[in-house]
Amino acid sequence: MMIEKIVKIRNKAGLHTRPAATIVKLIAKYECDFFISRDGMNINGKSIIGVMTLAAEEGAELTLTFDGSDEEEAAKEIIDFFEKGFGEE
Amino acid sequence: MKSFSDVYRNAENKIAGIAAAPGIVIGEVYLFTKEKLEINDADITDVKEAKKNLLEALEKSKKEFNKIFAIAKEKMGETRAGIFEAQLMILDDQVLIGNIIKRIEKEKKQPEFIVDDEISKYQNLMVMSHEAYMKERANDIEDIKNRIVRNLRNKRWKSKFRNDVIIVSESLTPADILLLSRNKVKSFITDHGGLTSHAAIISRSLNIPAVVGTHNATLKLADGQNVIVDGFHGYVLFDPTEEQISFFEEKHNHLIALQKQLEEFKDKRAVTKDGKEIQMLANVDVTGEIDLVLTSGAKGIGLYRSEQILDEIETIPSEDEQVKIYARLASRIYPDFITIRAFDIGGDKFKLFDYDEPNPFLGLRGLRLLLENPKLFKEQIRAVLRSSSHKNIKFMLPMVSTLSEIHHSKKIISDCMDELSTKNIPFDKDMEIGIMVEVPSAAVMAKEFADEVDFLSIGTNDLIQYLMAVDRGNELVSDLYQEFSPVVLRTLKKIIDDSKLAGKPVSLCGEMAADTLAMPLLVGLGLESMSISPATIPYAKKIIASFNYKDSKLMAEKCLSVCDEEGVQKIIEKFFSDNKIIRTRNII
Repeated sequence: MMIEKIVKIRNKAGLHTRPAATIVKLIAKYECDFFISRDGMNINGKSIIGVMTLAAEEGAELTLTFDGSDEEEAAKEIIDFFEKGFGEE
Repeated sequence: MKSFSDVYRNAENKIAGIAAAPGIVIGEVYLFTKEKLEINDADITDVKEAKKNLLEALEKSKKEFNKIFAIAKEKMGETRAGIFEAQLMILDDQVLIGNIIKRIEKEKKQPEFIVDDEISKYQNLMVMSHEAYMKERANDIEDIKNRIVRNLRNKRWKSKFRNDVIIVSESLTPADILLLSRNKVKSFITDHGGLTSHAAIISRSLNIPAVVGTHNATLKLADGQNVIVDGFHGYVLFDPTEEQISFFEEKHNHLIALQKQLEEFKDKRAVTKDGKEIQMLANVDVTGEIDLVLTSGAKGIGLYRSEQILDEIETIPSEDEQVKIYARLASRIYPDFITIRAFDIGGDKFKLFDYDEPNPFLGLRGLRLLLENPKLFKEQIRAVLRSSSHKNIKFMLPMVSTLSEIHHSKKIISDCMDELSTKNIPFDKDMEIGIMVEVPSAAVMAKEFADEVDFLSIGTNDLIQYLMAVDRGNELVSDLYQEFSPVVLRTLKKIIDDSKLAGKPVSLCGEMAADTLAMPLLVGLGLESMSISPATIPYAKKIIASFNYKDSKLMAEKCLSVCDEEGVQKIIEKFFSDNKIIRTRNII
């Protein structure tokens, strides 16, 4: 099984360095694989340097995939973080 | 007297860039070529040893970077130091390190080659992006890469060299600037980077003059060459002529003298010969400038441009982050007050709609944008209120053009107050609310607007642009931007008189207040408070102390009856010579 979900960037400043760091910290506790893709670019979401290469502005759509034993819990937490606009305006 | 533009117009030895951090420096060039590390891609036989070396180099880099992170926090504060945290995380990036180790095992090449190749891949992806900030990000990462490579070679990071040099480099990482600043570097010149690059922001907060974005300074300049750096105007002069040196030495000495006067005038008030006191307030851009304000003898902060935080931390600060910044400023300036101006940003700052404004200056700016984004506006209002327990914060609204905008804003502010009261969060219930008068409609209705608020502040830069319908950045029309146009004087007079009628204080915070030529005129027009850059305050005090208010009033009346800018300037110049005021046109 695998979870795939399209999310939208909701905060004004986009996916800048700080939320990138938070995503990597959040996913670190899970075992499952986590990838973020946009426009054909597929990035390992457990890698800070990888996530930093994604320029994602407000409104951009990213595809998240979770694959592994704890994929459901991981997906819930990460998708929630995206949907809350990274806790920013 | 010769002006800066006279000097630059004919200079063939100039390099133009972006004025990133103010100041004038004359000195010797030190080319900071980050010795393009020749990457060794030799084959290896001992994979185990290579892996061990890699892990040791990573550990060592982490230690070094933790130190830089600590210095950054101390020198720049927690929020701004945040840019170093993500870099530190890269050294712990298991995906990256895992790939590097896999490649070492498979390709059996020097670890430094693999490290360089692997991290460069990510940098290339960043550079390919259209967003300017992604290029900055690629530059920031350069530091991590080189640090690991150096540590693999057991070389110490080169940061010790002669003091008192002017660093010239293609680009500088935040860590470079921080480390170089510890060696008392005089100034920075870079080929790349803009006003909002981390390097520029850090130079400003460390008070080191800098010119960035020169494109080719590293090609034009050589080690040991003499240069003049002008961080006010964004120029570098190489092999300066004697005439240029003496011009800049004079300006430099003038600056130093100004600094001394800062001390001398610190505890003196700004009073005319016949005893009328003018309230001198300071403008603050970068949070770090508060130190300068405290030594300037300002009676408070007349304008804190809160939107600068966005540049400093690259994003919209959360409510809690704002509270930290505002509360700290308020407590540092206590018992004097601080006027926090709500975010004055336009749609170009962050995308709100999929719509490019054809005419942003007449578009969704300042208060208009805040009212369209109540969540952003409310967060800032709550943050300001939550920081107001010392009762020394005033809140100011930018770009007000109608009365209903004021009503609407006041309703939102009172909603925020109610919200905090319900939660039992303390705040100043009597916090003063004022507006910027910088749109002609606000000037025409100044009395009615003043009736609705606690104070007014005239923003001359925008007011003049809108009055004359001229973009002063546009060289084709910039000569129509006339500070001393009778139109401007009459408008100022009306705003000042209207606010007095309404019984509300009025201040002026544009660049006009910092123009020494304008000072007696503004006092003569009845202005009793002005807010200028802290470094200019002592000079303003000195000028104000050299004339009588009643004479300046007569002079202002004469100016109001004249119909052209030239006529006004003649009257003012005569006033200066009649009163024997030495007019050194301010360079700041």
